[in-house]
Amino acid sequence: MITATVQTRDNYLTHEYGVKSWLLTQDHKRIALLYLAAISFFFFLGGVFATVIRVELLTPPGDLVSSQTYNKLFTLHGVIMIFLFMIPSIPATLGNFLVPMMIGAKDLAFPKINLLSWYIFMAGGALVMYAMLIGGVDTGWTFYTPFSTSYANSYVILTAVGIFITGFSSILTGLNFIVTIHRMRAPGLTWFRLPLFIWSMYATSIIQVLGTPVIAVTLLLVAVERGFHIGIFDPSLGGDPVLFQHLFWFYSHPAVYIMVLPGMGIVSEIVSVYSRKKVFGYRFVAFSSVAIAVLGFLVWGHHMFVSSQSVYASLVFSFLSFMVAVPSAIKVFNWTATLYKGSISYDTPMLYAFGFIGLFTIGGLTGTFLATLGFDVHVTDTYFVVAHFHYIMVGGTMMAYLGGLHYWWPKITGRMYPEAWAKLSALVVFLGFNLTFFPQFIMGYLGMPRRYHAYPPEFQIYHVLSTAGASVLAVGYLIPAIYFVWAMRYGKPAPDNPWGATGLEWQTTSPPPPENFEITPVVTHEAYDYSILEEMTVG
Amino acid sequence: MANHSLALRHQFDDVVQQKDASTFGMWLFLTTEVLFFGGMFCCYTVYRSLYPAAFGVASNHLSLLWGGVSTAVLICSSFSMACAVNSGATGKKNAIVGYLAITILFAAAFLAIEMSEWHGLYQEGLMPGFNFTFHEGDARHVQLFYSLYFSMTGLHASHVTIGIGILLTMLVRAARGAFSAEYYTPIEISGLYWHFVDLVWIYLFPLYYLIARHVHQG
Amino acid sequence: MSEHIVTKKQYGYVFAILLILTLTTTWASYFDLGKLNVVVALVIATIKATLVVLFFMHVYWSSKLNKIVVVSGVAWLALLLWLTLTDIVSRGWLPFPGK
Repeated sequence: MITATVQTRDNYLTHEYGVKSWLLTQDHKRIALLYLAAISFFFFLGGVFATVIRVELLTPPGDLVSSQTYNKLFTLHGVIMIFLFMIPSIPATLGNFLVPMMIGAKDLAFPKINLLSWYIFMAGGALVMYAMLIGGVDTGWTFYTPFSTSYANSYVILTAVGIFITGFSSILTGLNFIVTIHRMRAPGLTWFRLPLFIWSMYATSIIQVLGTPVIAVTLLLVAVERGFHIGIFDPSLGGDPVLFQHLFWFYSHPAVYIMVLPGMGIVSEIVSVYSRKKVFGYRFVAFSSVAIAVLGFLVWGHHMFVSSQSVYASLVFSFLSFMVAVPSAIKVFNWTATLYKGSISYDTPMLYAFGFIGLFTIGGLTGTFLATLGFDVHVTDTYFVVAHFHYIMVGGTMMAYLGGLHYWWPKITGRMYPEAWAKLSALVVFLGFNLTFFPQFIMGYLGMPRRYHAYPPEFQIYHVLSTAGASVLAVGYLIPAIYFVWAMRYGKPAPDNPWGATGLEWQTTSPPPPENFEITPVVTHEAYDYSILEEMTVG
Repeated sequence: MANHSLALRHQFDDVVQQKDASTFGMWLFLTTEVLFFGGMFCCYTVYRSLYPAAFGVASNHLSLLWGGVSTAVLICSSFSMACAVNSGATGKKNAIVGYLAITILFAAAFLAIEMSEWHGLYQEGLMPGFNFTFHEGDARHVQLFYSLYFSMTGLHASHVTIGIGILLTMLVRAARGAFSAEYYTPIEISGLYWHFVDLVWIYLFPLYYLIARHVHQG
Repeated sequence: MSEHIVTKKQYGYVFAILLILTLTTTWASYFDLGKLNVVVALVIATIKATLVVLFFMHVYWSSKLNKIVVVSGVAWLALLLWLTLTDIVSRGWLPFPGK
């Protein structure tokens, strides 16, 4: 019966064959897989750079690579991981696949624009790759002026233009999601019946639409300034480099929420399913996503406490930064409250969700340390900051992304992954991650600055621990990479709703038909109402 | 359903939903455009608040007459674009083509005026990066004024050029009879884009040509 | 969504007002009003922009959602300017030793 499900029904994977059917597809599910392939490649590449960095840092002297090469390594690691992996990671893959399915639509509002955004992303990515191959870039992912505009001897313009281009792909994805969520919901699917993943994607899209254009124009100005030396950010010509930082962080701080909000959405889904309970305080969790999106735009100055920004502005930004902690904490408390008295099963996605909650909490709390003016001056540009944002990005988003991939893998491919291996890898990732980044909090607090390829010997023990952890983490990522590929062909065929979840995406076949639903679903219940499943099985 | 088989794409239930989605999408896009130009407006605001005197000196080298004329030309183009949308709504094919042609002519006139202005500034030695020879007083900040002037008007001109491309496409489609009173969304959406281009200029004109003319000694 | 067709006559009125305002603002720039020059020019520009948005771009007749989108675009631009200026304006307030 189950085998028959997979092999006989027409689905989006078997509907058409051939390279052209993929490269010209307008099906959001196939475009999601195109993105998945692209960002997996970029993740691997960013990981390679991280590996070289960690190996270099095993010993105090700079013996493996020169300082110039090291500058390029951490810059490319940052540029690739942030702009080519993290920003599109969850929205463009799982979001693309799930947004129409979760709201009961046949596709996104603008399928052609969706495909276009993938090509734009690839074009921007190709430009960055080209810059990398002919010599790389050494400004740090932040492109601070005047170094980037006047002094750097690397391919700044090419890389900046590459990121400028990928920005439009991000804008178009966000725009598509907002229109889709507003206009394409199935009958009966009111705003407060939406899955929380949709709320978080909606909040993410708001940031993409309102924030990304500012970084685009800023990088454009950097390229112009570097090309023509006309003074816009050049202090020797009367320009103000701190203005660049304002414009840069106006996007790049909210961009952190572009990266982590979708992860929060995934965790809300997973926590509910594996504790068989409605998410505690649904409306608070939903609105906290929007609150994070909006408040996230008010705090960018906390990246600039030591940049000669006015002390008064720093005070304002410090205060506002603490406010973001409120909606973030609401989420963590509500997930925990959801677990309370739930009937919890420890499947792989749930393990990742647990990892997310713990690591995000550490990352978030150290964020409030950094929002404190006095403390921040002490740890600015140290490994404390590095550890903090890796706890959010890798400990938070990456955990949620892997959790989401496991959770929806049966729906996406129609095959189950090997549960034992998956649990093992979740554990390895968690241990490896903490071993990599926790020592960085300590050495940063002790004064180890970031972005140096050589360091005094007293920091070596922390660097050795960190490099050892990175090796473990790499194994943790490699295991799923292998079994996911294996499972695409040899995994057990997946039933339509393997986890007993309530979302609309589980009510269609695995993998779904090209138009997602044979009949447009009508929604009569709130999200996460597990009593309807019992009704369905009884009836 | 059969009537609209050409116009209605499969993901939508009906034409109204499709039209709503398209207009809404365009408005979101224009919001991103506001912030795209916004980054540059932010630079302008900051530098003008820091160096008002130099901005005054620099501003007096721009031609008020031609600035005013290009503003009027763009407003005319916006008006004829609005008429094109009206003709679309009432289903008058020839009127759409005519008004679009007028809009394109005005747009081209705007670009021509702008090119001649840029050329004049280039010859006066006021084009940073290419020919900048201004030496009086606070020349560094005069240069900053012109750096921003060329960046912002340049970005605006690129939007005008893209707009002309869009309007030409619409003109060809309209001439081939692609639109009717039931289906003219693309014309309406192109109109939104075109009016936005006008909007940006409505602010560029006072900021560069008008407000600094009497500020001389800060 | 109810379809509202704006007549050419209505567009014509708006067009005339826009041209008059352009002349007014140009004329006003010949007088030295001190700081008021900036205020006058920006107020007139904002009136013109509002007219274009409301009538040429049909926001006056469109859904609440579109109105929210327009307002949020402007609000976010204001946010960018406001918080950036917080820094620029207050930089000189605190005397630094040695500066």
